[in-house]
Amino acid sequence: MISEEQVRHVANLARLGLTDEEVKRMGEQLGAILESIEKIQELDLADVPPTANPLSLTNVFRPDELRGELTREEALAPAPEPVDGLFAVPRID
Amino acid sequence: MRELLDLAAHELAEKLESREVSTREAAEAANARVDEVEAEINAFVTTTPELALLRAEIIDERLRDDGIRPWEGVPLVVKDVLSTRGVRTTCGSKILEDFEPLYDASALLNFGEDLVMVGKSNMDEFAMGSSTENSAYGPTRNPWDLGRVPGGSSGGSAAAVAAGEGWWALGTDTGGSVRQPAALCGIVGLKPTYGRVSRHGLIAFGSSLDQIGPMTRDVRDAALLLQAIAGHDLHDSTSANVEVPDYLANLDDGVSDLRVGVVTELTDERIDAGVREVTSRIAHGLEEAGAEVGEVNLPHAYYALEAYYIIAPAEVSSNLARFDGVRYGLRVGADGVHEMYRRTREAGFGAEAKRRIMLGTYALSSGYYDAYYAQAQKVRTKLVEDFRAAFSRYDVLLSPTSPSVAFELGAKTGDPLAMYLQDICAVPASLAGIPAISIPGGLSEGLPVGVQLMGDVFTEPTLLRAARAVEEVADFRFELKP
Repeated sequence: MISEEQVRHVANLARLGLTDEEVKRMGEQLGAILESIEKIQELDLADVPPTANPLSLTNVFRPDELRGELTREEALAPAPEPVDGLFAVPRID
Repeated sequence: MRELLDLAAHELAEKLESREVSTREAAEAANARVDEVEAEINAFVTTTPELALLRAEIIDERLRDDGIRPWEGVPLVVKDVLSTRGVRTTCGSKILEDFEPLYDASALLNFGEDLVMVGKSNMDEFAMGSSTENSAYGPTRNPWDLGRVPGGSSGGSAAAVAAGEGWWALGTDTGGSVRQPAALCGIVGLKPTYGRVSRHGLIAFGSSLDQIGPMTRDVRDAALLLQAIAGHDLHDSTSANVEVPDYLANLDDGVSDLRVGVVTELTDERIDAGVREVTSRIAHGLEEAGAEVGEVNLPHAYYALEAYYIIAPAEVSSNLARFDGVRYGLRVGADGVHEMYRRTREAGFGAEAKRRIMLGTYALSSGYYDAYYAQAQKVRTKLVEDFRAAFSRYDVLLSPTSPSVAFELGAKTGDPLAMYLQDICAVPASLAGIPAISIPGGLSEGLPVGVQLMGDVFTEPTLLRAARAVEEVADFRFELKP
């Protein structure tokens, strides 16, 4: 069980609105999932290196060449509320 | 035209090549089948019947003039998480209800400018789920039994192929999302090696896990479709710069030189008895076909599901941050930007997407990172080591694909943990980045059971050859449902 306060804190980190009912249900469900996941903590892996990517790729570069890209009009086409050829947002608070 | 629906994709491709059938006729046959069954199945979010005919005529012209590559004329079903130029791409989410991508996913580029597409198939929202019930566009039904789920998240693609609403489909697999629905719908589903197929234009779920894969009637079709989508791509820095072999060349060479390891941890009592029985029949069949069959351990497979349900949500919480009402998709207005983000995401995401974002954000948050995310990445290392040891003794590994046959709609929607258990056999290969394929192995309770073969990285030719042998020994024949 995760407390309502914790749920609201995490939801705020994720910029995710939740109704009061969702907060309550989320606390129970996340609690149950986390309890089950905690099983991995019984393994002693102190000296084991982490794997972030199964192919262990590092620093993949492509040539720094100008190629055909989207026009401004194209890039803005899917935007919900573009203004004067720019992406627009409400007041930054 | 109805008889075209009984062909496998590679058989249709041959008839197109010999001009016995036109691409337009094929597209018409698929469109007619969609009209016939789609009201019951709901395999698609969007169908594109006119576009399919238009492009089919272009392909027919090219077929007459210059010839085409063997896969180009066979109408394809495309999971709605893959970007398709000018055709809306929703990811099964309300937040992308009206989103029209500006380009095609790189995996589609070998089909040329004029991909003949039946439509965009239904899926769990952002590919998170194992039943296709987490779609904002209604659940897809299993063509074998309309009261049951098709599996997920590529449930629309699986159901479309099983019902003959197209000959083949692309799905995506992060923790089993190609293989498990293929198993539950009685078709073949292949997750290639991580990096084998470009992820550019695949709307990201778990970036270190996601792979696009074929969902087909038989193994030969899977090999042909893999041939069409595999390759290096400068637009995806994780795509592998490894030569693409001929996946069809050695398909029928049999298994007499292969060693098959049955995975002990994935055939225990967590798997339904009927599913275990089919798996062991297939193991015996392969032995009779000349393979050396033994048992193998993957000790950390017992921890794979838990590690997966930390790593995948962690990556989701980051990847879904881009849906913020600014550059694309839904926006719910508010005075300040933070309230706009919160309201947009509250209205746009469904329950499972919210749960995973929360789980991932929690696991990555200060104070919990080491206990969850860092530990899960170490489990991943141990699992890779387990597989390395297994592949030093065996060429391919065998297990069930899913712990059960297709379950009833609604049976697991109230219990996320029960739903997650559907993935126990699939996630080990996902975490290790190795290729894995589900092949129909037989029936249990009158419903299809999939068996899974896993291979070492980039050994798809061997994996497909072994899968072809499974097909030979399995008590199963593809036929259209319902």
